[in-house]
Amino acid sequence: MIQFDRFQLDNGLKVLVHQDTTTPMAVVNILYNVGAKDENPEKTGFAHLFEHLMFGGSVNIPEYDEPLQRAGGENNAYTTNDLTNYYCQLPAENIETAFWLESDRMLSLAFSPKSLEVQRKVVCEEFKEHYINKPYGDAWHKMRTLAYTKHPYRWMTIGASLAHVEQATMDEVKEFFFQFYRPNNAILVVTGNVKTEDIKGLAEKWFGPIPAGKPYERNLPVEPKQEKHKSMDVRADVPMDMLMMTWHMGGRFDESYHATDLLTEVLGGGASSRLYEQLIKVRQLFSSISCFHFGTIDPGLFVITGKLVKGISMSVAEKAVLEEVEKMKTEILDAKEVQKVINKTESMICFEDMSIMNRAQSLAFYELIGDAALMNDELSKYQAVTPALIQETARTIFQDSNRNTLYYYSKTSA
Amino acid sequence: MALDRTIAPNIKDAVDFDIQLKPCQKYTLDNGVEVYAFEGGAQEVMLMELVFFAGNSYETKNWVAPATNYLLKNGTHNKSAFEVNDAFEFYGAYLNRSCYNETATISLHSLTKHFQEVIPVVSELVADAVFPENELDIYQKNQIQQLTLNLKKGDFIANRFIDEYLFGIDHPYGKYSSEESYNQLTRDDLVTFYNKYYKEGKCIVFMAGQFPANIESILNKYIGTLPLNKKLIETPVHPIIAASQKKYSVVNDPSSVQGSIRIARHFPNRHHPDFPAAQVLNNIFGGFFGSRLMSNIREDKGYTYGIHSYLQNHIQQSAWLVSTDAGKDVCRATIDEVYKEMAILRNELVDIDELKLVKNYMLGSLLGDVDGPFQIIGRWKSYILNGLTEEYFYNTINVVRAIQPEQIKDLANKYLNEEDFYELVVY
Repeated sequence: MIQFDRFQLDNGLKVLVHQDTTTPMAVVNILYNVGAKDENPEKTGFAHLFEHLMFGGSVNIPEYDEPLQRAGGENNAYTTNDLTNYYCQLPAENIETAFWLESDRMLSLAFSPKSLEVQRKVVCEEFKEHYINKPYGDAWHKMRTLAYTKHPYRWMTIGASLAHVEQATMDEVKEFFFQFYRPNNAILVVTGNVKTEDIKGLAEKWFGPIPAGKPYERNLPVEPKQEKHKSMDVRADVPMDMLMMTWHMGGRFDESYHATDLLTEVLGGGASSRLYEQLIKVRQLFSSISCFHFGTIDPGLFVITGKLVKGISMSVAEKAVLEEVEKMKTEILDAKEVQKVINKTESMICFEDMSIMNRAQSLAFYELIGDAALMNDELSKYQAVTPALIQETARTIFQDSNRNTLYYYSKTSA
Repeated sequence: MALDRTIAPNIKDAVDFDIQLKPCQKYTLDNGVEVYAFEGGAQEVMLMELVFFAGNSYETKNWVAPATNYLLKNGTHNKSAFEVNDAFEFYGAYLNRSCYNETATISLHSLTKHFQEVIPVVSELVADAVFPENELDIYQKNQIQQLTLNLKKGDFIANRFIDEYLFGIDHPYGKYSSEESYNQLTRDDLVTFYNKYYKEGKCIVFMAGQFPANIESILNKYIGTLPLNKKLIETPVHPIIAASQKKYSVVNDPSSVQGSIRIARHFPNRHHPDFPAAQVLNNIFGGFFGSRLMSNIREDKGYTYGIHSYLQNHIQQSAWLVSTDAGKDVCRATIDEVYKEMAILRNELVDIDELKLVKNYMLGSLLGDVDGPFQIIGRWKSYILNGLTEEYFYNTINVVRAIQPEQIKDLANKYLNEEDFYELVVY
């Protein structure tokens, strides 16, 4: 049970405080309600490029990192399709430094042309390192384009192409900032050795004077229901064939969300999971296989992907996966197998909650999707999932018309 | 009064923090196995790590140590590989194993309430792993495929080669796997290694988190009755044979858009008096986001997504490395800048303000690093395995607090000379 206090400033900034007196540290986490899904389809990669620019100095403070390091702190950030999250951890006694830095960059960035020029290059190198100069590095790009026709999950956070990042202009940067980086579009979470009263004072002092922005009304295109199986062949200079299948699934608010999560565990969670045991160990068709889902707020994808053992044909591998998937629809799981994946989930939640950093990020995420208190209900939602519900979920998701398949062939294989 | 945002709030310098490494409890089980335990944490979870002296230093045939470590959970006389995995996963416990140079570990993360259900299976793995032929077969095939994939990646190749240049292909720190080494593994190799270095091997136990009430008697029942620590395990001696050629350029993939750069030299181990001070110099040079390499090569020039320098974690002898992936057309420029930064550190005194920032950063991070039960036991483990005491912890803090620009410059002149470094680019 994670206890927390919550209040809101007049400018709309939501603030959550979770006290833990066993640590000498504090975490200041700011989540901005903007992700790659909010980008213009012609200017993708912007939310993530922007995350880089947030470290290029703000209106009153030329350097973000330096004063934080001087206060004994560390920080980082990440961008997903749904959100952008910034966090820093520092000795609790120096927490005001984090308020000073975070509030100034929420007030306004410095918009330095040099920072934009350099970070465009840095992001291009990141793009190359992870998505070009890496075997199968383009697979997700291709899968997203195949599976989504309308919804902005069809591009990755890094951007649909290097060109989009290279062409970003300062005017666009400013527009993006003043649209999304406003207090009424953000959630501030402070965890660690802090008192709510002190945090209230600091929040009023540093964030209070920042003007609210125009409320952002998200109006994203809804992905139409897929009518038939879609597939794509890829041939590339990779050492072995890879099969990647996805099915459309419900979003974070869907009633089937927890059952879907457990379904991925049954199929692909660990060495006692079904796909691992059947396809790697018993039938020896795959050298590696995994099953997971996007965990996105809007309807995401349920994924099964694996690398084939040399000499195994794509059609044999595909058929074998589909057989395992079919069993989830036709056979009801025994109670012990469901208990296992619930136990695993309980354990995962407990280990995740160990650090004040994770607690801060979870509180911010649950607040974003409605209410931070939901964080404490998660386990009971998993415990309520029954074998019948998992079967029903499998029947809904695993329809052939709902499937997308990427056949990723090695050029060197026959 | 209007808020002046140009003025930073007052801070307490991290050099003034009272940083303590909380003590851990030590006791000995009936069979002589030592247990180091730190109890604490808000969550009802725990970690048990068994450290065996079974790293790749002990193998006489390449890759026997990692293969034994990997496969020891793939079946016992009473349980198939699936049943072993299921026994842990049913209770939401995670059994991991890792093989290093000197040591190899079996670690168990578990909810406190289920610990007693899963520790018997850990005990069974140490006493009774059988290494089925079929499991070895699958391991060989899949590892070879994984290796083929990794060999496509420049950074993977670069990491292997730089270690080979530094230590020699026959040294535990310099050797690596090949298709041949996987193919030559036999079940006998694994069983023999297992019997000597696990079943009747030398073991130390590290525990952290919230424990069940009778933890000592549980450990005695399941670990204290095993035939461990009975025989003397000799520590093999491996001479370091470094390459004579210093500079290398390797083309692995002609279509690559980046090069993987590694620049490295030998460095003494943690017992050398220069080690703590060198960590300060390393931080200034390339050890954190605000370092000179990062500021110059990423934040000023945009040649790379990241560049880091670090001291390797080895027990016998360390190495000082600079590592980055940079755009193909700027690899040479990146390397030149690295040497330029070394020269500046040799020739100019570090600004007192910059040094203070690095000191604060290092001690602030240290404060965070010794927070939490798993982190605390991890630090104790590192000291115990390196033959150090908590004195090392406090000595390091004192060195960081006291070090002056002149000493940094002297150290740079001693250790950051271009001619001492191996240099490799893999395209």
